Amino acid sequence: MDLNSLTIHALSEKLSKKEVSSVEATKAYLERIGVVDARIKAFLIVTADEALKQAEEADKRRAQNNNVTPLTGVPVSVKDIFCTKGIRTTCASKILAGFVPPYDSTVVARLKDAGAVILGKNNMDEFAMGSSTENSAFQKTANPWALDRVPGGSSGGSAASVAALECAASVGTDTGGSIRQPAALCGVVGLKPTYGRVSRFGMIAFASSLDQAGPFTRDTKDSAIMLKAMAGFDPKDSTSIDVPVPDYLSEIEKGVAGLKIGIPKEYFIEGMDAEVESSVREALKILEKEGAELVDVSLPHTEYAVAVYYLVATAEASSNLARYDGVKYGLRVNESGNLLDMYKKTRDRGFGGEVKRRIMLGTYSLSAGYYDAYYKKASEVRTLIKNDFETAFKTCDVIVTPTSPTPAFRFGEKVADPLTMYLSDIFTISCNLAGIPGISIPCGFTKENLPIGLQILGKSLDESTVLRAARAYERASGASLKAPAL
Amino acid sequence: MKYESVIGLEVHAQLLTDSKLFCACSTKFGSGPNTQVCPVCLGLPGVLPVLNRRAVEYAVKMALAVDCRVNAKSVFARKNYFYPDLPKGYQISQYTEPLAEHGYLDIDTNGGKRIGITRIHMEEDAGKLLHGEGAEDAGYSFVDLNRAGVPLIEIVSEPDMRSADEAQAYLKSLRDILVYLEICSGNMEEGSFRCDANVSIRLVGAEKLGTKAELKNMNSFKFVKEAIEYEIERQIDVVESGGKVVQETRLFDSAKGITASMRSKEEAHDYRYFPDPDLLPLVVSTGLIEEQRKTLPELPEAKRVRFIKDYSIPAYDAGVLTASKDLANYYEEVVKVTNEPKVSSNWVMGELLRLLKEDGRDVKDCAVAPASIAELVEMIKKGEISGKMAKEVFEAMYKTGKPPKEIVKSKGMAQISNEDELSRIIDEVIAGNPDNFARYKAGRVQLFGFFVGETMKATKGQANPQVINKLLKEKLDK
Repeated sequence: MDLNSLTIHALSEKLSKKEVSSVEATKAYLERIGVVDARIKAFLIVTADEALKQAEEADKRRAQNNNVTPLTGVPVSVKDIFCTKGIRTTCASKILAGFVPPYDSTVVARLKDAGAVILGKNNMDEFAMGSSTENSAFQKTANPWALDRVPGGSSGGSAASVAALECAASVGTDTGGSIRQPAALCGVVGLKPTYGRVSRFGMIAFASSLDQAGPFTRDTKDSAIMLKAMAGFDPKDSTSIDVPVPDYLSEIEKGVAGLKIGIPKEYFIEGMDAEVESSVREALKILEKEGAELVDVSLPHTEYAVAVYYLVATAEASSNLARYDGVKYGLRVNESGNLLDMYKKTRDRGFGGEVKRRIMLGTYSLSAGYYDAYYKKASEVRTLIKNDFETAFKTCDVIVTPTSPTPAFRFGEKVADPLTMYLSDIFTISCNLAGIPGISIPCGFTKENLPIGLQILGKSLDESTVLRAARAYERASGASLKAPAL
Repeated sequence: MKYESVIGLEVHAQLLTDSKLFCACSTKFGSGPNTQVCPVCLGLPGVLPVLNRRAVEYAVKMALAVDCRVNAKSVFARKNYFYPDLPKGYQISQYTEPLAEHGYLDIDTNGGKRIGITRIHMEEDAGKLLHGEGAEDAGYSFVDLNRAGVPLIEIVSEPDMRSADEAQAYLKSLRDILVYLEICSGNMEEGSFRCDANVSIRLVGAEKLGTKAELKNMNSFKFVKEAIEYEIERQIDVVESGGKVVQETRLFDSAKGITASMRSKEEAHDYRYFPDPDLLPLVVSTGLIEEQRKTLPELPEAKRVRFIKDYSIPAYDAGVLTASKDLANYYEEVVKVTNEPKVSSNWVMGELLRLLKEDGRDVKDCAVAPASIAELVEMIKKGEISGKMAKEVFEAMYKTGKPPKEIVKSKGMAQISNEDELSRIIDEVIAGNPDNFARYKAGRVQLFGFFVGETMKATKGQANPQVINKLLKEKLDK
């Protein structure tokens, strides 16, 4: 049991001291999954055999001291949005029935190269569309802190798997908050890197201009280790950025003395959960005590972010999801031998309600006669939102806000009202629109013992400072490394 | 003529790159179905396009050849529609910000005319559908994605053409340039050079454009001309009988020689174009543009003008000879050794092209060495063979690749110019035709030709006509 609760850096140290083997760690995690996942349902597939083989390889690598990284032998899981060679990839959708990718996504390939052991693939909202993981076509994932509540989404399975100690870390994707919001709701660290920092190759697209992969970990140092392994230019992704990847870990303990922390007035709004607000205010005090200077900043176009997001993201999604037509792979419903009928029935039965809703919204906003008023206007406002951050970052180094306006909500609570559900991402969406990095770290619990998340946003490609600020808070508050009783 | 037609062409040219526009798959034509595919061009989940630099270079080359302004920044956009040969459900193309704009092309009809080129943009091709015909396959369609992702450029003209002939001339000229640049095979049958035509009519003198019909499915120059001519007549008939031309897409039926409605404006797709978020805007540096400009060869029009000037050959000859770069090069090689531009043109443009066409072969595969043509021309000049014999010799040169002297020798074809020998033959001819000889003597001088013919017959055409003339005159008129 002890092995499961270790951070990556702690486990890595034990592995390098030969106090424990990767096979032992992997078995411990597989056992933990066996014990708790019937309740948590964080995994869509557990690849035990492959994991144990990878663990043996990792042990060999460590024994031979051959290309050892901090991740060599560390068991992790990945959201089922990442293509995995030879292992079925569903995106939690029925439409990809039977699809087994002949390639690894770059993220998975890099984790494997680093020697990580892949335990399996995590549940998610279908095609990453949702904020509760309730939109999975296969199962509902429970929040490890309160089994009647959602883990957040769309990377709910990833967040829950880390919180429930079913893996040392997981990788999710964040299009409008899909890493940070579930990290907040599950009490773990979730990092969304700068757009282009991590390759999108082999990561099934929801909204291509917003999607970005990032890690879920138990603490910020693990986040630095994971990001280092995942990040960097990829010739297979034209939108990945060709700049060197810093050694995040070596800079993480520098503290916040002298750092300017911006507090955007638009993010402390009417209707925010009182406990969330007081926790975040408390966190700001701690950061100030650590030597940071708090400054007021303004992000005046924040109120348009959700609207802009649901125009841009759905437009891209309507096009990205056109390839699931029953012709080449995945589900095909062919009852009449008629092409149009096959298209319609395949997509009708293959996609869930939320995916269909977004395809329709996006198709509409791109249509002749509406393009200028919707997609084009949204793209223009997106630029204004980006400019807001650039202006704000002239007077501060990072921006601190709550991650989610509320802690974890109950199953079914928001399903009936998509607009309320969409507001779960109100604090996280702007970051994707601007393409900047953001992290959510645990900052206490509500009276009901539900985790609260603190969001730290940084300048483009400045994950180092984001991690530094996050680490400073984490160290001073001791808020991380709590595990739910399961 | 009460009406004038207004024609604009949209041409798709397949670029001769080794690999596809956004992946490393081969573009080779004619391989087995789905043998040149990968996750990217199959549209598998999560994969991303990476732009082929060579394709950009080729497109820039064409843009420069037709005097387009190459935009420093252009944007790839998605054209969304469902079809089984389109694996992603969208085609990556360029829309509001194309690679190049504002060019022109001069065509050589009725004293020359300038046709504006609106834009040139890059895009990927779709795959192909094959419809089952056998007993087991009937009712099934098969998808071959080898062609999916092959790079194309679309060249859109201004509506500057006023007749099918002008449209054809523009199209041919455009193809010649693409082939000269060695960036497109120009093969219409294989679909590597395709053309759609926008056709409308209006009263002569009117400024406003009429409603246009878009014509598709014209896979030869001849069909382009036929389809446009038919369409112009059809639209005139519609208007004359009190109707209105409707905006629609019409398919040319080459068997019937007519165009027929495929879909109306109402049924037209809404392609929902938007910038492709998987690709950064394409930035073409002035460095790349200048690099490509340096590699531009002499283009057909410039070559044509030079041929007329340097070789003093007729405009028609110059046009034919410069239609292909290989032919023009061959002609220049020939002239270099013969020093006889017009005579060389006659041989290359006449006999050689005829034979090549009969065989469906290219001048590149031609076995006749330019030096052999020079030798042949020299032999005619010296009277060693007649012009008629020369054609026969040329055919043998074409088939065997041997020089003319060798052919003449092996076939015993040398021209008989020996006066003694011919004198003897003419005597026999006169002796064999006493009646005609008598009539000639009586004043029927037209019979001179009869005696020439008979002498030729007797020598199996090998007699030197000038010598025959001279000897016959002497013998008949003495």
